[in-house]
Amino acid sequence: MTAPPTFPQPGQDHAFPSDEEPVVAFRNVSLAFDGPPVLDDVSFSVAPGETRILLGPAGVGKSVLMKLVNGLLRPDAGSIQLFGQEIADMPEEQLFPLRTRIGMVFQEGALFDSLTVRDNVAYQLIQEQVPDDEIDRRVRDALRFVELEETFDLFPASLSGGMRRRVAIARALIRQPELLLYDSPTGGLDPLTSTTIIELIVKERDVYHTPSLLVTHRIQDALILCNHHFDQSQGRMVPLPKGQTDPGTTFLMLEEGRLIFDGSLHELVKSQNPFVREFLA
Amino acid sequence: MRYPVDESATPLGLLRTANAMAIRMIENYAKNLVLTVQDYSLFSARAFSNLYRPPIYWPEFLMQADIIGVGSLLIVILSGLSTGGVLALQSAATLSSFGATAVTGQFVSLTMIRELGPVLTGVMVSGRNASSMASELGSMVVTEQIDAMRALGVDPMRKLVTPRIAASITMLLFLTIVADACGIAGGGMVTVFMNHQNGTQYLNMAWEHLRYPDIIQGLVKPLFFGYILGSIGCFYGMRTSGGTQGVGRSTISAVVWSSVIIIFVDFLLTQLLLTLFPPL
Repeated sequence: MTAPPTFPQPGQDHAFPSDEEPVVAFRNVSLAFDGPPVLDDVSFSVAPGETRILLGPAGVGKSVLMKLVNGLLRPDAGSIQLFGQEIADMPEEQLFPLRTRIGMVFQEGALFDSLTVRDNVAYQLIQEQVPDDEIDRRVRDALRFVELEETFDLFPASLSGGMRRRVAIARALIRQPELLLYDSPTGGLDPLTSTTIIELIVKERDVYHTPSLLVTHRIQDALILCNHHFDQSQGRMVPLPKGQTDPGTTFLMLEEGRLIFDGSLHELVKSQNPFVREFLA
Repeated sequence: MRYPVDESATPLGLLRTANAMAIRMIENYAKNLVLTVQDYSLFSARAFSNLYRPPIYWPEFLMQADIIGVGSLLIVILSGLSTGGVLALQSAATLSSFGATAVTGQFVSLTMIRELGPVLTGVMVSGRNASSMASELGSMVVTEQIDAMRALGVDPMRKLVTPRIAASITMLLFLTIVADACGIAGGGMVTVFMNHQNGTQYLNMAWEHLRYPDIIQGLVKPLFFGYILGSIGCFYGMRTSGGTQGVGRSTISAVVWSSVIIIFVDFLLTQLLLTLFPPL
C-alpha cells in the first residue's frame, strides 16, 4: 500500500507542467468599474518555474490583476489563459476545480476567523474529506515549513499580523499548488517580519520551484527576492554573489492600470521610463 | 458698461440646476432599485436551485438550524405569550359589550394561527437572524474571507448561503407552531386569571372552530417568510462594500427589507389563500 501524498520535503522533486506553455497568459486585458479603466490593455505571461514580481504604488490595479488571474474578477475585454484554459468567460462552477490548483495569499491573510489555524490550513483537505490523521500530519508539515507548528490549535485572533501571513502561506502551500499568487504579502508589516515572509517565499521558490506572481509596492522586498537564494544546507536565505540575480525572477510594473515595464532586474534599473525611475528612487 | 451675466448664478439658473440634480438623483435611485431587484432575483434563484443539487452541506445546515431555531426560541415564546395575552384582553373588552366574551378563545386561536403567529415570528426572527446573517457574511466579504473561500475552490453560495436559507425555512415553520401554541396559552392565562372566565370554554372555542384551511394558511406562510428572511439577510451580506460602515448599512437594509417584504408578502398570500379556501 502506498503512503498518502504529503507536504513535499526540501530536496524532493516537484511536478511541473511538462510543456513550456505559460501557466498564466494575459492578452490585452482591460477592466473598469465605475470610472476610468483600472487595467488597460495589459499583456504578460508567467512561465513554468518563473517568479514574477508585480511592482507599482498603491491603487494602480495590482490586486485587481491578481484577482483576475484566478477568476475572482472578470475582465471587460481581452483573454486570460490559466493552465492553458481560457477563463475570461468561464462559468464560476468550472473555475472552482481550476482554483484548487492555485495557492493564493491575500493582502491581510484572509484567514477564517471562526476556525482554528489547523482548520484554516486544512480547509481544502476538509472539503475533500481527507481522513483526520492525514490532515493533522499534512497541516503540521505545512506549519513546520512556515515555522509556526506551535499555533496548530490557536485561533487567528490570537496571532500577530506576520504570523497570520505565514499561516496564509501554509494554507496556500498545503495542496502543493501549480501556481502561487501572493497579494502584498508584506504589506503593513515591520521590516524584520517582512524579511521573514520574503525568506519563506524565497524558500518556496528555490525548493519547490512553483511558478508564482507576487504583488508588492516595496522595492526592497523585490530586491531581496532577486538577490538572494535559499541555501538548503544552511537552512536559510543567503545573498547571491555580487552582481548575480535569480534568473527566474523577473519584474512587471503598472502605472495607472497600464503595464509599463516587463523584464529583468538589470533592465529595470537601466529603464529610462520616468515613472520607473521615480519609483526606484 | 454692461458686464456679462453668469446665467447659472441667477435664481432661474439655480432653479434649473436644482431641477437637473433632483431628476438625476431620482434616476439614479430608480436605476439602483431595478439593479438591486435584478441582483436579488438572480441571487435567490441560484440559492433556491442549490437546495436541490449536491453537494449539500449538512453540518452547516444543522449548525444554522441550531442558531436560528434554538437561538430564537426564547423571543418567540415571550412574544407569542404576550401577543396572545393582549389579544385576549382587547377582544374580551370589545366582545363584552355584545355579551360574546365566550368567543374569546376562537378569536385568539384564529388570529394567532392564521395571521399573527406567522407574521410576528417572521418579523422577530428576521430582526434577530437576517441582521446576524448580513453582518456575519458582510464581515467575511470586507475581510476577503469570501474571496479566500472562492480561491480555495469552495462555492460560498453553497457553503454559506444555501444552508442558511434552508435552515431559515425549516426552523421558521417550527417556531411559528411554537408561537401559535404560546399565543393560545397566553390568551388562556389572561382569560382565566385576569378576565376570570372559564378556561375549558376558552379551549373548547379555540379548538372547535379551527378548520384545516386555517392551519394550512398558518403553515404555508412561514415557508415563504423563512425564505425571504434567509435570502435577504444573505443577499445584503454578500453584496457588502465599504468596510465596517458597509457592514452596518447591509445589516440595516437586511432587517428593514426582510420585515417590509414579509408583511407585504403576507398580504398577497392572505389574499391568495382566502381565494383558494374561502371562509364559510
